[in-house]
Amino acid sequence: MNRNLLKYVLAATLITSVASFYALKSDKGVKADPDNAGLKLPEGFGALKVAETGAKARHLVVTPQGDIYVKLAKPKEGKGILQLHENSDGKAQLTGGFGNYGGTGIYLKDGYLYASSNQEVFRYKLNDQNVVLSPDQPEKIVTGLKMGRQHETKSLVLDNDGNLYVNIGAYSNSCQVQDRGYQSPGMPGCPILDSAGGIWQFKANKLSQSYGDGIRYATGLRNVVGLDWNQQNNQLFVMQHGRDNLNSSWPALYDVKESAELPAECLYALKKGDNAGWPYLYYDQIQHKKIVAPEYGGDKKKEADTKYLDPAVAYPGHMAPNGLLFYTGKMFPEKYKNGAFIAFHGSWNRAPEPQKGYFVVFQPFKDGKPSGDWEIFADNFSGTPEKAAAGRADHRPCGLAQGADGSLYVTDDSKGTIYRIIYTKK
Amino acid sequence: MKRILTIIVLLTMGGLQLSAQTKNKAKAVTKVTKVSAAVMANGNKIYGQYCLSCHMADGGGVQNMNPPLNGTSYVLGDKTRLIKVILNGFSQNVDIDGESYTNVMAPHNFLKDQEIADVLSYIRNSFGNKASGISALEVKAVRAKNKK
Ligand code: HEC
Repeated sequence: MNRNLLKYVLAATLITSVASFYALKSDKGVKADPDNAGLKLPEGFGALKVAETGAKARHLVVTPQGDIYVKLAKPKEGKGILQLHENSDGKAQLTGGFGNYGGTGIYLKDGYLYASSNQEVFRYKLNDQNVVLSPDQPEKIVTGLKMGRQHETKSLVLDNDGNLYVNIGAYSNSCQVQDRGYQSPGMPGCPILDSAGGIWQFKANKLSQSYGDGIRYATGLRNVVGLDWNQQNNQLFVMQHGRDNLNSSWPALYDVKESAELPAECLYALKKGDNAGWPYLYYDQIQHKKIVAPEYGGDKKKEADTKYLDPAVAYPGHMAPNGLLFYTGKMFPEKYKNGAFIAFHGSWNRAPEPQKGYFVVFQPFKDGKPSGDWEIFADNFSGTPEKAAAGRADHRPCGLAQGADGSLYVTDDSKGTIYRIIYTKK
Repeated sequence: MKRILTIIVLLTMGGLQLSAQTKNKAKAVTKVTKVSAAVMANGNKIYGQYCLSCHMADGGGVQNMNPPLNGTSYVLGDKTRLIKVILNGFSQNVDIDGESYTNVMAPHNFLKDQEIADVLSYIRNSFGNKASGISALEVKAVRAKNKK
């Protein structure tokens, strides 16, 4: 009799613990869409469309309370930052918006939300629920940054010592006298580099800083959109958009095939004072060499000065890396821990060759250093391979964020879809 | 005589092309624009070499970066304005039919009058566009008055 009771109690405990284990695993009912939101993912992963914003959704952050802040390239109905809140099933609805400026950068750190226009950086104090307290009264942290027609966005990230890192893109393709011109030479001692074409460091808590208050942390970077702070070795990593138009400016040196492949899109591990060499060189991922740019006397073979920084990893040309995120979550399998996800927005400058990109890549890391080959992690944002090849993708991945449970969020700045990728294997 | 022959050949070529599309609507031949197949072929060549990398094979451009060439007021509108886009390049902060584009188009004044005329005639009659052709003389006149 006593024994029987014990059996029942044991069985009951087992059932409840198994049940709660499953409840935990599926995270309070977050379910992948039946079609995984149209994405192709590795075995065991699923995806859902969190929301359709219909806006040019660039970078984003997700709070532990299930609020999502999305920075828009162009304000929608006067709001440059959208605020959404997630239901228990993972779907989110719009709950508000603020900030009447377009831009790309947004980051959450130490009780503040940082966001950038294409010339300034603002910050908003958060309450203990990570809700913005005074959406109409941000503090202006940085002001007066240069903005050209191209590479105008100001991505940002913070370290753990109160510093803010801002990309200031070069408003030029290769610092030519006639930008993107036919056989136009490079300007001697590229004058753009004094105030753009690099990463600037500012204090995260000081008001109204500009060039005089900041430090040019790293230079010779044409344009960076995806960047993140690596917590393992406390270092800034950035993804550079490599130069365009090798064939259209220098048809005698580069045929359309070479121009589609070259140069590499590069991941750099930065230290203060580094120089990655733009516009004087580009990285050729086939020869594995830093090659002198044709604007500065290059002939496709001549190697550049070794003083310039080597990339940590080189990816195929023109795929436009717009998001970089080091994964520190617990949801995904062990191999993803501390590795990097990279959102490739997709190419245009490979025409007439097929376009490439429109996917999220996983780059394995070990001890804060890239280790092993990259692989495509989430594919088919474009809808079909034909649409990707034609450069007519339905969706274009841009920003990346990690949820408190370890989900990976991806924005699309074409239709404004917000994706969430989860690991579903039990 | 030789000239008439070429015209006849070109007309037949155009007609053949059209009739392939419109099957038995023979009357459509009267709608053939003055742009000859030879001009279209040369325009297509120049387009592939100097324009396609930004405006794409289908003339659809690149979202936010390079504008499309199908149905835009610049392509179909005033010829002088269009010729100047090629001679001087284009990088103004203006909206093109309601959208803005961030890339920079360099001057293409190194192209010859005939090349500019042909590529413009080509884009005005490709990607779904239908408009009159542009002649080398028209380009020459705009170039002469084009102040830098
Ligand atoms: C380096 C990229 C690039 C190349 C090469 C280029 N364009 Fe453009 N083009 C642009 C951009 C960018 C604009 C719009 C600039 C702006 O909005 O200020 C433009 C504008 C135009 C326009 C006017 C706007 C419109 O959409 O109707 C026409 C017409 C045009 N280009 C035709 C051509 C032709 C023809 C060629 C080849 C001879 C060419 N382009 C080569 C980038 C390029």
